[in-house]
Amino acid sequence: MALKMVKGSIDRMFDKNLQDLVRGIRNHKEDEAKYISQCIDEIKQELKQDNIAVKANAVCKLTYLQMLGYDISWAAFNIIEVMSASKFTFKRIGYLAASQCFHEGTDVIMLTTNQIRKDLSSPSQYDTGVALTGLSCFVTPDLARDLANDIMTLMSHTKPYIRKKAVLIMYKVFLKYPESLRPAFPRLKEKLEDPDPGVQSAAVNVICELARRNPKNYLSLAPLFFKLMTSSTNNWVLIKIIKLFGALTPLEPRLGKKLIEPLTNLIHSTSAMSLLYECVNTVIAVLISLSSGMPNHSASIQLCVQKLRILIEDSDQNLKYLGLLAMSKILRTHPKSVQAHKDLVLQCLDDKDESIRLRALDLLYGVSKKNLMEIVKKLMTHVDKAEGTTYRDELLTKIIDICSQSNYQHITNFEWYISILVELTRLEGTRHGHLIAAQMLDVAIRVKAIRRFAVAQMSALLDSAHLVASSPQRSGICEVLYAAAWICGEFSEHLQEPQQTLEAMLRPKVTTLPGHIQAVYVQNVVKLYAAILQQKEQAADVSAAQEVTQLLVERLPQFVQSADLEVQERASCILQLVKHVQKLQAKDVPVAEEVSALFAGELNPVAPKAQKKVPVPEGLDLDAWINEPLSDSESEDEKPKAMFQDEEQRHAKPRAPEADEQELARRREARRQEQANNPFYIKSSPSPQKRYQDAPGVEHIPVVQIDLSVPLKVPGMPLSDQYVKLEEERRHRQRLEKDKRKKKKRERERRGTRRHSSLHTESDEDIAPAQRVDIVTEEMPENALPSDEDDKDPNDPYRALDIDLDKPLADSEKLPVQKHRNAETSKSPEKEDVPLMEKKSKKPKKKEKKHKEKEREKKKKVEKVEGEDLDFWLSTTPPAATPAPEELEVNTTVTVLKTGQEEPRGEEQDADEDREQDLEKKPSKHKKKKHKKDKEERPKDKRKSKKKVPPTDEEAAEPVENGTLDEEPLPPMSSYTLLAENSYIKMTYDVQGSLQKDSQVTVSVVLENQSDSFLKSMELNVLDSLNARLARPEGSSVHDGVPVPFQLPPTIQSIVMAQKLKGTLSFIAKNDEGSTHEKLDFKLHFTCTSYLVTTPCYSDAFAKLLESGDLSMSSIKVDGISMSFHNLLAKICFHHRFSVVERVDSCASMYSRSIQGHHVCLLVKKGEKSVSVDGKCSDPTLLSNLLEEMKETLATC
Amino acid sequence: MIKAILIFNNHGKPRLSKFYQPYSEDTQQQIIRETFHLVSKRDENVCNFLEGGLLIGGSDNKLIYRHYATLYFVFCVDSSESELGILDLIQVFVETLDKCFENVCELDLIFHVDKVHNILAEMVMGGMVLETNMNEIVTQIDAQNKLEKSELIVYTGLFCISQDFSQAGLAGAPARAVSAVKNMNLPEIPRNINIGDISIKVPNLPSFK
Repeated sequence: MALKMVKGSIDRMFDKNLQDLVRGIRNHKEDEAKYISQCIDEIKQELKQDNIAVKANAVCKLTYLQMLGYDISWAAFNIIEVMSASKFTFKRIGYLAASQCFHEGTDVIMLTTNQIRKDLSSPSQYDTGVALTGLSCFVTPDLARDLANDIMTLMSHTKPYIRKKAVLIMYKVFLKYPESLRPAFPRLKEKLEDPDPGVQSAAVNVICELARRNPKNYLSLAPLFFKLMTSSTNNWVLIKIIKLFGALTPLEPRLGKKLIEPLTNLIHSTSAMSLLYECVNTVIAVLISLSSGMPNHSASIQLCVQKLRILIEDSDQNLKYLGLLAMSKILRTHPKSVQAHKDLVLQCLDDKDESIRLRALDLLYGVSKKNLMEIVKKLMTHVDKAEGTTYRDELLTKIIDICSQSNYQHITNFEWYISILVELTRLEGTRHGHLIAAQMLDVAIRVKAIRRFAVAQMSALLDSAHLVASSPQRSGICEVLYAAAWICGEFSEHLQEPQQTLEAMLRPKVTTLPGHIQAVYVQNVVKLYAAILQQKEQAADVSAAQEVTQLLVERLPQFVQSADLEVQERASCILQLVKHVQKLQAKDVPVAEEVSALFAGELNPVAPKAQKKVPVPEGLDLDAWINEPLSDSESEDEKPKAMFQDEEQRHAKPRAPEADEQELARRREARRQEQANNPFYIKSSPSPQKRYQDAPGVEHIPVVQIDLSVPLKVPGMPLSDQYVKLEEERRHRQRLEKDKRKKKKRERERRGTRRHSSLHTESDEDIAPAQRVDIVTEEMPENALPSDEDDKDPNDPYRALDIDLDKPLADSEKLPVQKHRNAETSKSPEKEDVPLMEKKSKKPKKKEKKHKEKEREKKKKVEKVEGEDLDFWLSTTPPAATPAPEELEVNTTVTVLKTGQEEPRGEEQDADEDREQDLEKKPSKHKKKKHKKDKEERPKDKRKSKKKVPPTDEEAAEPVENGTLDEEPLPPMSSYTLLAENSYIKMTYDVQGSLQKDSQVTVSVVLENQSDSFLKSMELNVLDSLNARLARPEGSSVHDGVPVPFQLPPTIQSIVMAQKLKGTLSFIAKNDEGSTHEKLDFKLHFTCTSYLVTTPCYSDAFAKLLESGDLSMSSIKVDGISMSFHNLLAKICFHHRFSVVERVDSCASMYSRSIQGHHVCLLVKKGEKSVSVDGKCSDPTLLSNLLEEMKETLATC
Repeated sequence: MIKAILIFNNHGKPRLSKFYQPYSEDTQQQIIRETFHLVSKRDENVCNFLEGGLLIGGSDNKLIYRHYATLYFVFCVDSSESELGILDLIQVFVETLDKCFENVCELDLIFHVDKVHNILAEMVMGGMVLETNMNEIVTQIDAQNKLEKSELIVYTGLFCISQDFSQAGLAGAPARAVSAVKNMNLPEIPRNINIGDISIKVPNLPSFK
């Protein structure tokens, strides 16, 4: 063996290492590829050797070659071999190579599972670390499922280095295996308060990443994050949290109100630009979410804009860029504040930096009717100047965007817009030809008044088509010919010289255009032809009509020969039609009427979503088979369909079927109704004209003639500049006129402001459009579904993580745990334990099950409580200068406990809070109601549970194990013990301390109705003792009982000794025979354990605590224990609320804290048949009492 | 999330590529080329952000880069990362390299790409920022190097024994072998960049830590 290794080493001397490889590549610049292929051959030889060092060296070289673009997946198995090397040096090389080239498709990846698991539990933190790092790059759903539990264990590793890596990788695990999110989330949440800042930062990172995708599920964490925000000094963490809040505020405007102040403070105080910038960003998000309800935030807006201006004016281009970016967000809601800085924006448009110019362009969205032309003119000059197609394309889209936004709201002169579009067609090499085409079509279809002008322009465009489509770089722009051809054909009645256009469309050059454009040409040639025929026949010019027919018969064959199927088919069809017409014409039969009947009828624009919104009629099951499917595959039949799919969208929309007048009227009415209720229409109908025109219906719109003060015919291609001038003149004229009609105007203004809230400047309203154009809105089907779910992408990987995290965990929701083969043998002692445990708790198995169910029910309540908490937390708007941390003290459950004592707050707030106030004012009523419902539903299984425990306690009830290797299942345990019982009712209880209130413990009592009568008017009373009393609502005397739905925690003065309280529960039992008044006495026993709160502690802090020396010591020993140590620890953890700090073999240190802050440290050692417990505590009495109690527990083992 | 981290020189030669999303080798090279084209044609004094390239994930993404002498450091990130924060992270990365390599230069990156990967792994894990404190990163790297060294001593020890076994015909081998085992220093090649100095010129950015 040694010799073999030696031999390997000698071989290795002659191998190239990574450095040699790199040097070799650099020396072979001419024949690099050849040299590398040589090297790869060598590497293949090296990989065949047994020596792991040689293999690692080879893999290391492969990693380098991978970076150069060589596929190294063939070596995947060798990489796994190197990963499993025992030496860290090699292991690291292996994992690096794996992280560079493994992915979900790598088939050998499933071989790594056990190796990775081994490395994860390696005693060396760097082995673990390197495995985690590697895994983060190539985790697959299978790996995630198999390793989730191991990683989760690592999240509570003693070393922060491992903890932070484990926390981070959980995000990847969640992505690949969404089922793990819920079981792992409580621990992840815990890590938000980890003592190590790195771990904390990692947890924040993961939760922020999760919350960004599904913010609503993380709203309940807002108080915790708020606390972190106000306490953390780590800028990385702060930035993440602030970004997260930016995502949360849109969901909860009240959160925004709370945030404004600390954020403003941060803006004022921080010196870190990055933090300042993120704060500004989130403030903006808050303002957006508040913009409807809270007008009183102009100061914050001013602050933001002011800070952003500083950023934009900074010499650092980065800050300038970000400033502009943030400014564009303000623009959306507060355009006025941005418009004040228009100078700055225009200045940035001239910046030499393209990124900055692009951002400045965004800010131009803040246009109005007044400045649209001016801005577009400026952009057009930029288009001419611009180098590089990206920026120019960007400019182009921007021009189109700002012009078309909100249904062409800002355009006053559509002739100007058309000419702008035509000018844009002269752009070279743009990718956005289809965009321009779409705009042309849209405008021509929807703005009826512009059709004549548009047709004139388009025919000119068709005439000069050779220019547009001449060079290959211009191929993008030839899309506009598609629009031009269609517009000329469809609205051919507006053409001045139809014959000329027809000829232009039939030029041989046309056949070089892309197929789909030719197809449109062919189709529209016929429309034109129909129009010309009609014209000629009316003029009784028979020969001219025949000439046109002849022209078509001559020219169409060039399309029939087209390679494009669509063109060919249409052309041959039409050719036959024309030939037929020719025959008829020869017989002197008038044909124009019939030919134009082919294209009769008006086209209405249809909303893009219309098809999807057609409701499925009742009784129609689209999934049901019409005929039973045949057994053999018929997929071939479907193929031809696919061929046409591409074309489908490009065709002109199908004509609406002719319907009789009555039917039309009925539909119109229905549509109008629908539009009134449809949110879609609110969006798309800001045009003031649309309103009154919609009422009479599309067909009856009086198409007003174009204002003749604008000369219609501008020779050739009109320059848009001319329009700008004309427009100015027109506006001037209008302004003069306007003075006469002041009174009218004011009235209109009032209407206007109501319509467009803050989006318009006053002067905007003054400008009447040059053409009164009817912007026809798009049609929607009747009964369109209002749902807007179409935007969601079902393939979004983050969608799977949209999981409700507040729901309590079900028993089935557990991370899969790998079981060892010998698990059965190790289980055997437990089998004996289980019945023992049950005997002790005196519960038959059935009850146990029931109990679990109850527990779940309880958890649900707890979660509900948390929900209420968020409301509570949000509703307490802090008085102007209250520092936030203080109020956060009342964090989770305690707040609700308090609500009963508080006066219902008199704040009048929005409807959202009404609900919550309801809860606060009459919680008892509310709960009772619910309770009654419960009773009705399940009279046999009536119960009432009330329990307020922070969920962390719930979680901590599971034993916390650090670094244990075995994963034995634990026997079920319950801390609920019997309190009192009679024939009607059974009471079990549990006592929990809470750290937030140092002299209060919460007693949770589960009442179980054992009879079949209704129990009501329950009242619980306790005789106060010297040291303990029941916390009652203020103002009630000692003798007052507490109605049951209220649960109030006893206040304990001294906790070092066990306490007993006597109490009575009175209630009325009602059944068929009548109602009886019943009473049940009980004794509440507060053990010292009940004052302990499970608190995790880390070994270093633990060691310090022990060293400090101010703890007193005591110890006990219990003999005759057969239970496994693991179970024993679990028992102590559960029943005595300790957490394991460290465990070595059969020795463990444990820690807990009392509600009054006493530290309790234990050292538990297990001998053959005995257990010894050494305890240290800051209070000797508490300790001795505790140990006594523990002895009892252990004695039952 | 960080989608990818690329380092290439002024000629577009990759010096390190780390993708946090799987891409085929060809696509990776295409992305590197495209990114280089985008980044290299920008002036020195323009902003360090670029709206994402076409290849690497949609409009949500940004390229954030820094140019140090002969090298470009490019991070491709989505909107959940703070732009200025990433700029700082690049700075931390370069400073850490400088500390670990003692006056880092392009050649260090060329010959020790594996080490650069290891350093990066301590800063960014699976596309998420793991650690931003340079001292912490350097401590972990040093500890790992120490561990590696201790393993290699055992290994070279074995190797020395092997020399006793087979003395014949291997006279020139030992020196070569040692260089194979230890990572070589390359004193004969002049260092042409010194990032330590250049970093001073970086515009004043917020300090993290």
